[in-house]
Amino acid sequence: MSLILTPNIESPDDFYEVLTEAQREMTDEQANDMNARLVLILANQIGSLSRLKEAVALSQ
Amino acid sequence: MLNTYDFPEFDYVQSDEQVSGTAARHSVVIVGAGPMGLTAALDFAARGLKVVVLDDNNTVSVGSRAVCYAKRPLEIWDRLGVAQKMLDKGIEWKLGRVFFRDQEVYQFDLLPEDGHKIPAFINLQQYYLEEYMVEACNQHPSIDLRWKHKVVSLNQHDDHVELAVETPDGIFQMEAEWLLACDGANSDTRRMVGADFTGHFFQDRFLIADIVMKADFPTERWFWFDPDFHRGQSALLHKQSDDVWRLDFQLGWDCDPEVEKRPENIIPRVKAMIGEDVDFELEWASVYQFACRRIDDFRFGRVLFAGDAAHQVSPFGARGANTGVQDIDNLSWKLAAVIRGEAPVALLDTYNTERAFAADDNLMNSTRSTDFITPKNSASKRFRNAVLDLAKKAKFAQPLVNSGRLSTPTPYVDSPLNTDDAGDWAGQMRPGTCAADAPISKGGKPGWLLEELSDGFSLLALGVDVVPVDAGVFTPKLLSLGKDFEDDEGLISQRYDASEGALYLIRPDQHIAARWRSFDAGAVKAAISKATGGPNK
Ligand SMILES: Cc1cc2nc3c(=O)[nH]c(=O)nc-3n(C[C@H](O)[C@H](O)[C@H](O)COP(=O)(O)OP(=O)(O)OC[C@H]3O[C@@H](n4cnc5c(N)ncnc54)[C@H](O)[C@@H]3O)c2cc1C
Repeated sequence: MSLILTPNIESPDDFYEVLTEAQREMTDEQANDMNARLVLILANQIGSLSRLKEAVALSQ
Repeated sequence: MLNTYDFPEFDYVQSDEQVSGTAARHSVVIVGAGPMGLTAALDFAARGLKVVVLDDNNTVSVGSRAVCYAKRPLEIWDRLGVAQKMLDKGIEWKLGRVFFRDQEVYQFDLLPEDGHKIPAFINLQQYYLEEYMVEACNQHPSIDLRWKHKVVSLNQHDDHVELAVETPDGIFQMEAEWLLACDGANSDTRRMVGADFTGHFFQDRFLIADIVMKADFPTERWFWFDPDFHRGQSALLHKQSDDVWRLDFQLGWDCDPEVEKRPENIIPRVKAMIGEDVDFELEWASVYQFACRRIDDFRFGRVLFAGDAAHQVSPFGARGANTGVQDIDNLSWKLAAVIRGEAPVALLDTYNTERAFAADDNLMNSTRSTDFITPKNSASKRFRNAVLDLAKKAKFAQPLVNSGRLSTPTPYVDSPLNTDDAGDWAGQMRPGTCAADAPISKGGKPGWLLEELSDGFSLLALGVDVVPVDAGVFTPKLLSLGKDFEDDEGLISQRYDASEGALYLIRPDQHIAARWRSFDAGAVKAAISKATGGPNK
């Protein structure tokens, strides 16, 4: 199976708010650190190397 | 400095051929008596070749160099009869701890599975390793070790190499049918044949210090990322023999190596790491810049390359000497067969195929470790720190922590010498892997599977009926379970997936060439001829 590129996030506005809220009080430095941790956590959730490669390519 | 080891000084002896002034033709000449040259001399001699070893120096390795030796090279040294001393003198370890700033992130156990003769890892100073091999070489009548012999030029011909060698008595000529270059990372030989040695240098420096201390630190590998005592850099602590400890401090690219090497600058760094009140003495210190590179071909006509002369890796993962010894293991039986006219010269090209493949695997692993330890930009550093932060809280991040992936053999999965598998197999063994050891018994006496393997080919029959196969000079030694040995603990059956019966053809370097579920003499012969580069002689 390949990377899901159709809408899949449950309640997109809620998710986006969670993300924005989490970083509202942060400095760029803190937010960037958090983003790095988040990437790793989400990558573990995906697991599959081929899907991760697709995601990396898509984000470049 | 240095007060735990007396460096031997080996005698220079002028050779008869230098005295007489007529070039003698030798079948094999090895350049360099470091770990690879010495291993090669022992292995070639064990395979019946006469060898001359030339070294420009007259002692063993000086300074802080290799420390950790892995199971596979120790198995090779065991086959050559020199491992016991190393094991006796060396320090066994299996636990590693990783710290980030002042907190432990996680610990790993190398988990050496039981039922192997040789442990997963030992630590031992490189000078001991070389000293033991020099002793063994001196006892072997087919090894002619010549100190203070520097190769200064060479000339290749179709059937031999002409060498100019410099000694305290001047320069003289020698000839070799085959030349093995084991002259290290700055190989003169490599330059003489015009080979490329490419890869990359890391823009970073490391202070490597060996100290003597009687302290109660456990026999574990401790690795720090960004510790409070050495902010912004990494550090490592590891035990060796004789109460000597190896310390590594990453220094960054902007430091001045000359300044960092001064004891008055080293001592405060060491104290900050081990504690103000721990007594220690500095044994040796150097500043290194590391590189990961390899030669473009391991064979240039009659000149073959092995060890650091062929590939250089950063020391994270202890891969340098460990992989070099496996070059020799791969080369020696092939070269012996070619010299005796039993196999075509083309067999030597598979030395390049198999070992360049392994070198690339090592380079990849070393580069990955180095990139994790010394991130190249702020984004990678951020990810690195995120991994370390998460690893404290969540197990999923621990496998991403890379403080060095310790050396394991690279299977020759795509080697042209392998015969493809038919059918389904489980477990680690497959054509191209080195044969796993396991406990056996023989007439009630305990032993080890690897000790039973032949110096030539072996046919390991596990619950399969076989009859002797005639493959001329490559006729395999038959090892039948239940007849030649017993598998009391069932580990062979498990490691070789033999519950339904299995037959393994094992090469002289203890690697699997082919395997089957049933016996067919024709198939065995075909596999042997494939593994030796041509029709059986
Ligand atoms: C800090 C550090 C830590 C390391 N840790 C480890 C580790 O834990 N585990 C591991 O496996 N490896 C480790 N290594 C790597 C290991 O030291 C090398 O891989 C190993 O020494 C290579 O052996 P060699 O025989 O190929 O070359 P060398 O040891 O370099 O030997 C080459 C020999 O050739 C001789 N020579 C050179 N030119 C000529 C000439 N023209 N004529 C005649 N003789 C010549 C030299 O005098 C020398 O004796 C480490 C290295 C460093 C620097």
